[in-house]
Amino acid sequence: MCGIVGLFCKTETHRHELGRLTAVMLREMRDRGPDSAGFASYDAGTPDRTRITVLAEGVTVDWGPVAAALEGLLAAEVTVRAVHDHAVFATDGDGRAARQWIIDNVAGATVLSYGAQIELYKAVGDPDLAAERYDLASRTGTHALAHTRMATESAVTTNGSHPFATGADTCLVHNGSLSNHNRLRRFLEGHGESFQTENDSEVAAGYLAWRLRSGDTISDALEGALSDLDGFYTFAIGVADGFAILRDPIACKPAVVAETDDWVAMSSEYRAIARLPGAADAEVWEPEPARIYTWSLAA
Amino acid sequence: MRLHLEPGGVTGRFDLSAVSRRELNQALHDASAGESFEVVNPRGAHAVACGITADIDVVVRGSVGYYCAGMHQRGRVLVEGNASTGLAENIMSGEVRITGNATMSAGATGCGGLVVVGGNAGARCGISMKGVDIVVGGDVGHMSAFMAQAGNLVVCGDAAADLGDSIYEAQIFVRGDVESLGADCIEKEMRPAHTETLSRLLAAASPAGDGVDASEFRRYGSARRLYNFTIDDVDAAARQARERSEGERDAREAAR
Repeated sequence: MCGIVGLFCKTETHRHELGRLTAVMLREMRDRGPDSAGFASYDAGTPDRTRITVLAEGVTVDWGPVAAALEGLLAAEVTVRAVHDHAVFATDGDGRAARQWIIDNVAGATVLSYGAQIELYKAVGDPDLAAERYDLASRTGTHALAHTRMATESAVTTNGSHPFATGADTCLVHNGSLSNHNRLRRFLEGHGESFQTENDSEVAAGYLAWRLRSGDTISDALEGALSDLDGFYTFAIGVADGFAILRDPIACKPAVVAETDDWVAMSSEYRAIARLPGAADAEVWEPEPARIYTWSLAA
Repeated sequence: MRLHLEPGGVTGRFDLSAVSRRELNQALHDASAGESFEVVNPRGAHAVACGITADIDVVVRGSVGYYCAGMHQRGRVLVEGNASTGLAENIMSGEVRITGNATMSAGATGCGGLVVVGGNAGARCGISMKGVDIVVGGDVGHMSAFMAQAGNLVVCGDAAADLGDSIYEAQIFVRGDVESLGADCIEKEMRPAHTETLSRLLAAASPAGDGVDASEFRRYGSARRLYNFTIDDVDAAARQARERSEGERDAREAAR
């Protein structure tokens, strides 16, 4: 089944409580996916300073030597802070190169995200526990995505949890299943994307990352997704300066959107939106099938 | 809305931020004809006011989640707000109305009664409807009235793609534009009997159908090309029967 939520703060009004509101939404979607959960949030960050969120599942990694090795690779300063079983590296060096080096060289580590604005956390078990453990409620910023998972296409592991992010500041949460992900994964691997799981949704994230890296706008990339992705999906997508929603042309997987002057919220079910400030007066609608919805901070 | 909610006439009031939905639904199941109930703070809860069997009135002040008034058998439910997937799914009779928008599959598989959506309805409104009347004040989403078998779907606004795909004998009335018709769905002539039916439904849906005249609608229904047997098969069977009876007659005449 899976539950997805997204919150995009159009104005400053709720940016100080982005995490708290996202946690409230995530909790309402707990019934839809008790397996595992995850969230990504975007803040202003520091220009040109990349953060790389890494998960070590089931192993203990000494992050200090990893940071030191990265400094050698990138010829730039690298800092690291551990957050439970996650670590967040920060550097002025090449984030994409750092991501690939960690994937290739750190046993048991999975790179969850990289970019100037994004941090991403995920865990197996009760969605509330994930929110608590990684302190979702205290996060501030412009937009956030979260997911509660009921596994269908791959195992219940932390690595199978959403959101997925393979490209800079680009992440995706998915309700549904893709049927052409194996072939698409091979195609994307031939075009410079690297994957860390067998999960179908990671391929969708990789597809968007590839299109954006090739110079597409998010709208162009999603236009391409409509013809290149085969399967059922409701996606909520985060990019550095914006937020997007896409449903497949059949649109079996639920989605509801609400918008006020201050925010846009998207969820699998209205009850996640009902708790937001101003929800009662929000414009509420069901996103149309195969229609690309985007909101940008620049606008 | 003709709810019997006269001042002081409310016999039960349920605040869903304080009592469970199960308590609410149980009370509605235990109610007697003529009682009226008010529900506040639904906050998108699922299965609100499901399976009502007595001739009661229920007003829900706020938006509801999935399957609101599902399996509705008798009485009237009014939602002052929006509804999610499966509003009044499998309604048998009685009335279910909402003032706002409905998401997917409003009135799905309904066998009778009236469902009124004041705003827009999403995808697959009236999917597999089997006798229910549905009136939508605004637009309907794609694949509405998919495999509809009986009843009437009235759309005061526009209909999205693939309207009435694989429809059986339900009737569809659309006032605005139809993006495209689904397989085996065609436009049909509006005869006086259809105008009469439509006028009656618009009046019943008030205020959703207010200011809208039956003459502004077009009617759509089944071309009957997708039924399980084709007319050729019928001919073949009839021909075989005819040949058989002719053979028997010849045999009788020969025997005389």
